[in-house]
Parts: sequence; C-alpha cells; structure tokens
Amino acid sequence: MNYFPDEVIEHIFDFIASHKDRNSISLVSKSWHKIERCSRKRVFIGNCYAINPERLIQRFPSLRSLTLKGKPHFADFNLVPHEWGGFVHPWIVALAKARVGLEELRLKRMVVSDESLELLSRSFSSFKSLVLVSCEGFTTDGLASVAANCRHLRELDLQENEIDDHRGQWLNCFPESSTALTSLNFSCLKGETNLAALERLVARSPNLESLKVNRAVPLDALTRLMSCAPQLVDLGVGSYENEPDQESFMKLMAAIKKCTELRSLSGFSEVAPLCLTAFYPICQNLTSLNLSYAAEIQGNHLISYFELQELRVFPSDLHDEEDNDTAVTEIGLVAISAGCPKLHSILYFCKQMTNAALITVAKNCPNFIRFRLCILEPNKPDHTTSQSLDEGFGAIVQACKGLRRLSVSGLLTDKVFLYIGMYAEQLEMLSIAFAGDTDKGMLYVLNGCKKMRKLEIRDSPFGNAALLADVDKYRTMRSLWMSSCEVTLGGCKRLARNAPWLNVEIINENENNDVMERNEEDEREKVDRLYLYRTVVGARKDAPPCVTIL
Amino acid sequence: MSLIDRLLLRELRSILQMLSEEELQSNVSVASSSPTSNCISKGGGLKVHNYFGLSDSSSVESSTLSCGEDDKGTISLKATELTLGLPGSQSHARETKLDEKPFFPLLPSKDEICSSSHKNKRGFSDTVYTEKNWMFPEAVANQSVVKKEVTTNIPKGQLSTTNNSSSPPAAKAQIVGWPPVRSYRKNTLATTCKNSDEVDGKPGSGVLFVKVSMDGAPYLRKVDLRSYGNYGELSSALEKMFTTFTLGQCGSNGAAGKDMLSETKLKDLLNAKDYVLTYEDKDGDWMLVGDVPWEYKLKIMKGVDAIGLAAAPRRMEKSKIRA
Repeated sequence: MNYFPDEVIEHIFDFIASHKDRNSISLVSKSWHKIERCSRKRVFIGNCYAINPERLIQRFPSLRSLTLKGKPHFADFNLVPHEWGGFVHPWIVALAKARVGLEELRLKRMVVSDESLELLSRSFSSFKSLVLVSCEGFTTDGLASVAANCRHLRELDLQENEIDDHRGQWLNCFPESSTALTSLNFSCLKGETNLAALERLVARSPNLESLKVNRAVPLDALTRLMSCAPQLVDLGVGSYENEPDQESFMKLMAAIKKCTELRSLSGFSEVAPLCLTAFYPICQNLTSLNLSYAAEIQGNHLISYFELQELRVFPSDLHDEEDNDTAVTEIGLVAISAGCPKLHSILYFCKQMTNAALITVAKNCPNFIRFRLCILEPNKPDHTTSQSLDEGFGAIVQACKGLRRLSVSGLLTDKVFLYIGMYAEQLEMLSIAFAGDTDKGMLYVLNGCKKMRKLEIRDSPFGNAALLADVDKYRTMRSLWMSSCEVTLGGCKRLARNAPWLNVEIINENENNDVMERNEEDEREKVDRLYLYRTVVGARKDAPPCVTIL
Repeated sequence: MSLIDRLLLRELRSILQMLSEEELQSNVSVASSSPTSNCISKGGGLKVHNYFGLSDSSSVESSTLSCGEDDKGTISLKATELTLGLPGSQSHARETKLDEKPFFPLLPSKDEICSSSHKNKRGFSDTVYTEKNWMFPEAVANQSVVKKEVTTNIPKGQLSTTNNSSSPPAAKAQIVGWPPVRSYRKNTLATTCKNSDEVDGKPGSGVLFVKVSMDGAPYLRKVDLRSYGNYGELSSALEKMFTTFTLGQCGSNGAAGKDMLSETKLKDLLNAKDYVLTYEDKDGDWMLVGDVPWEYKLKIMKGVDAIGLAAAPRRMEKSKIRA
C-alpha cells in the first residue's frame, strides 16, 4: 500500500537509474508499475525486434532517452547478411508522430538513413545527444542536418560507422550560437574536414570533454585544438605518419601538458613514433588506451600503464602463417596482467596460449569484467603441453567473480563449459567458437549461468538436444546465435512450436524462401545460421528473403 | 614452400655448405675492436662481409662499401643465388660476430648501397644499432634460381592489403568471419595501407610492406618498399624516420620516457646516424641489405600488412626485468 502521494514515490524512483532496478520496481504493484512507467525517462532496448515503437510509447509516454540495438554481434564478422534488418526509421517516425520529447538516441548495429537523420533533427526540439555505434546507411548529409537543426545538441558520437563521406561542409552547419557541445567524435569519417570550422566549434565549446577527430586532421590542427580545449578528458587523435619538425613537436608537447584531465586516448592510426612519445607525460593517468588502430606499436611498452583499465590488442597480421618474432603470445598477456592490476576489460588476439599463462593472469587480475581471448588458429591447444585450455579458462572464471563477458578460443572440450556453468555466476555474454565436444557443453552453460543474456556459438558440435532441453531458459535470455553447429531444421521447428514467444530465425543465404515447402526429410538438414530471440510482438515484417522466421 | 622448392633448397645448401666451410674458416677469425672495416670478396661469387666495430666513430667509410658495389654489378645473378642460398654459412659467420662489437657506417645516398647491421644489440651499449626485419616468403629458393618468376607471395602481399574486407587468402584463414575482427576495422586498415602507397609508375601495383624496427625503439615502422626506387632512397627515408625519433628521445625525458628506454640506450642515441641495414630471411639468417639488386629485393620480400600491436617476446623479457 502506498502511504505517500504518487509524486513523492516518483521522486524516490528518480534516484533509481539502472534499467534492471526500474524494471524490478515496475513489477511490485500496479500502482508502482504506473508511477514507474509514467516517470521513466530512459529506456534500453537490447533487441529492436523484441518490441515495437508503438508499444514502447504507449508504456513510457515520458520517454527522453532511447537506446536501440539491431543486428546480432556476429554481424561484425560478416556472418549476417547485409539486408538482415535493424532499421531505425520506423522508430523515428513513430516517436515523431507521438510527439515524444526525445532528447537522446543511442543506436548500435542499426541501419540509419539520411532521411531518418533529417526527420530526427526536425522532430525533437530538445534533442541533445546522438550516439551511433557500428551503424551504416547514411552520409555526411545526414550529419549536416543534425548539426544544423538540433539547436541544443550536446553530443555527437560516431563510433566505427560506415558513413559515406561526401566531404561536404557538415561541420560548418553547426550554428555559431551552438556552444553546448560536450562530446564530438567523428573518427570514423574518411574524408577531409573543414579544419577552420572545427577549430571555431571547439573554441566556442567550453564544456567539450570528449573530442575524437578523424585521420585527416593534421598534427598542427590537433595541437591547436588541444590548446583551446585543455579541459579534455577523452581524446582521439588522427593519423600522423610524418615526423613532426622540432617546433611542431614542442608545441604539441606543450598542448598535451596542459590537458591535465586527460584520461582516455584513442586513434593513432599510422602514428609516427615521435608523436606517440609526446603523449608519454600524461600516460600514467590514463585509464583507457585504445591503440587498436595503431599498426606499429609493440605491446611490451603497455605494461607500465598502472592505471590502465581497458585494453585491446589486435592481430598484427591477419594473414601471418609463419612464426615470427613479433607474434603476440601468452607472454604479453601475462606481462600486461602483472603490470596493470586495475585492468578490467581486455580483448586480446594472439598466436598461442598456455594454461599456465591463463592461471597466472587469473591470479594477477581477479577483477576482470570482460575477458575476450582470441587465439588466431582455431582449436589450438596449449602450445607447451598440447592439452586443451579448459584449465586455463576455468581458472579465469573461478577467480574473476564479477566476469560478465567472456570469449573463449583454442582447443576446448566440454569441461571448460562445466567450469563456466559452475563458476561464472555473473556471466551475461558468452562467445564460443570451435569448442566443445557434445551437447553437454552447451547444457552446462544453459543450466549453470543464471544471468546469461546473450549466447553466441559458431562451429561447435551442439545440436537439437542442447537447443531444446530447456526452452524456458530463453525467456530469461535476450538472444541465442548458433551457426555451423549441429542443429537441424526439425529441431528449430520444434522449438518454434514450443515457444511462440520466440522468433526463431533461420538465415540461409543463397536460398529461396521455399524452406517451408520442403518435405519431411529436410527436417534433418542442418541449419546454417540460427538466431532466436524473445519478443512480445511476434514475427517481424521487414525480414529479407534469406531469413525465414519459423 | 612446395616440395620441389624444399628439395632444391636443401641441395643448394649442402653444396654451398661444402664450399663455404673451407673458405669461411679464415674469415671468421675477426679481430675484436678493430677500427677498420673489411670487405672480403671471395672468388666464385661468394661474398662474405666481415665488419668490425667502430666504437664511437661517426665517419662513413665509403671505400669499404664500394668494393661491394662493383662486385655486385657484375655478378648480380650469381650473388643473388649464392647469397640467398647460404643460410648455414652466413649464420656461422654471424655467430662469431656476435662476440664482437661491430657496427657499420651508412652511406646516406648512394645507389645500390651495401650496408649491414648487427642483429644482436645486447651488450653494445655505446653505439646505435638498427635492425631491419625483412620477411622472406617461403619460396626463397625459387628466386635464387629463376629471377623472372614472381611468385605468388607478392600478390599475397597485395591481397592482404586489398582484400581485407573479404576472406583472407591464406589457406588457414579461409573460414568466414575468422579471426573475429570487425570488417570495419579491416577496411580501415586496408585504407591505411592503400593511402600510404606511393605510385611510382612501377610495374606490379599494390604495396609491399615490411616491418622495420630499430633496436631500442619501442615502435616498428612499416615501410612500403615499392615507393623507393633503390636502396639509396630507402636508406635515406629510414634514416629520416629514425633520426628524428632519436632526437625526440633526447628531448622528451618524461618519466614514462625513461621507462621506455634504458639509460644506456639514451646515450647511444647521441651517436645517431651510424646504423646499418640487415634483413632476416626465412631461415632466420641475417642477410646484408644490398646484396641483392633492388628489383630482386622487391620480388623476394613478403608483403606484410602490419595491423595492431606486435609484441616481440625477446623484448618482453627485457622489459620484465626492468619493470
């Protein structure tokens, strides 16, 4: 029973920010449900096909901030057809029509068009923040309309999108009166930018904390930008192949020294060594360092970054077959774990690994939240003992009690999944490739990891038995991806029948959609790609021909 | 490497091993700390270079190197054959060299320059060393015998830069979507490589990248061999790359900077300008840059598409001790 008026309860709810908690609150009672939903400002939708915009607006009329995710994660690796879906346009149309006071839109792996951006910029007068991650389908013209029309824009963050760069003057489109910018990231743009316009924009934005420029911004321009924005916390630099002359270098050093708040660095594609050394004075304060685009930096010099919390190490040569001295190995990972005790997120590609190394890493860094290890050669065992890496990964999940995301690789048997099921209590996302022996592996995970949300499996011998063992488990999960596994069409059909609240999508490129009309024998045919997700709105209408929804 | 290539290489090696064992015995007794450089040419096209350490000299001795050039002009093919086919003998000579303290002057601008460096810099605390790592393709033996047949290794080098967005050509990595690197990232890095490709009007388009590292420097550089017309251009470009780096090191003495380089190496960098070029062939032997005519060099280099971080295990251990 409520002893407080609704306004008071609403005020109390304001202090509760996390989506999970607010979702829980809404389940307490009808009245709390109502108060909660009417006051809800931020909504996170992890799968844009789990719900439709109309129902969203109906439930949350005060919506201000929306986060949407589209394609499954493996779309990053060309495993999802280009036209699969994830279009944002219907959402913007619906939100505009309902006159929602949208202020923030964050999209990941969605298809965005210039038309959508134009509509967005004209429909929401208080719009403040646009974050696009791994999206595609738009050009700099769309950006120009956002810059021009969103008078209160504070954040324009474009991360790793495929943007058609028309080399227009989109930066010029920010009105002279716009001074509210706190974050600007256009690192993924490929073309030249109007440097004068950029400098003017930065100069009139005293609250700018995050600036990430693209490759085309030269060093002297960067120096000037840093000089007029010493308050920067997060900096992404461009590409500086050529060694700067002495004077430029000194100016750069001076500008960097003034940026005492700098905590995060990224960019550095094609960096000349001298330029990187200019950043050394502030490196000890860094909590985040993303050198993943820098082709020529040796890993051993990262191990002295004591404050480092996140690290990504990418393969130096994707086509390197031979052993060479510069290959990344387990030695690097151990050194990093020893030198960076605050490390909580790592993505590490390497040529080889050992159980001993992983056990040491687990001891050194029990704080991992995200641990993603990719050994380049599938099924590669511990190179010193020729055994599987079950024990190594087992040590990781046992020691890292807060582990939320894990990617495994190398030679792995069902045992590693037993360990994962037993110990990885907080695990929410698991990526499996070329691992496991039998259905038991997958079952260990499904039964053991209570907090599992996203499970993605490729090229592993898990079949119908594992898929169908506990259908209700998928109610608690956002999605499951299985490609090149042992599940058959028959198994998927059975699942779809038993779980009408699931969309079971079969992706078969190069096939027509007469799948359903085949005879019984084809039920035994293996499914190439399966993607299933819970939904309250049934089968989507925008699926391309190569996708069959059972 | 195909079976035939392997057999061929084995044959070459055994023949040349026999030849060289006698001849090299005398050369191998290298005097320590002698201030002169010797270039000893053997008959039969067998070229062996022995170099002696110059402790703090910054002078360039051109006389030494010119002898190499003359020889090279006349016996280019043969030199190619035998030099490439001498893995065993060269490393033998080199191992003894390891005990010495050689280092070599560099001629900044001369055609067909012949300069070499020593690979193992540990313990040589009073000079600057550079080592250039060149990747050899598997079919080295092919090249030594048939010069005109450009092997598939070069196209592979090109492929690795141009086809990054599709499946990699290497047999091992023909799995779709593996390794799990975002195509955005692969495309970006492919663009990176393409952008730095200078069009010289040379036959054989594309880029031919090799990793170049200077000892003591925390960074490798990637160099497109196709953008240089000869050794002279290459070495002057490399010199420019690394000299400014050394100047910068003297300038930036931040705490992190000190961590990166040991004190002795900082001193070493003052003796900039004196470095030599070598490359490491397929067998792990250190070969002199300049032995092979430039056109051949381009053909036998494997294209390297350096992406992301590369950590050398050797250096890893070194810095572990320091940390």
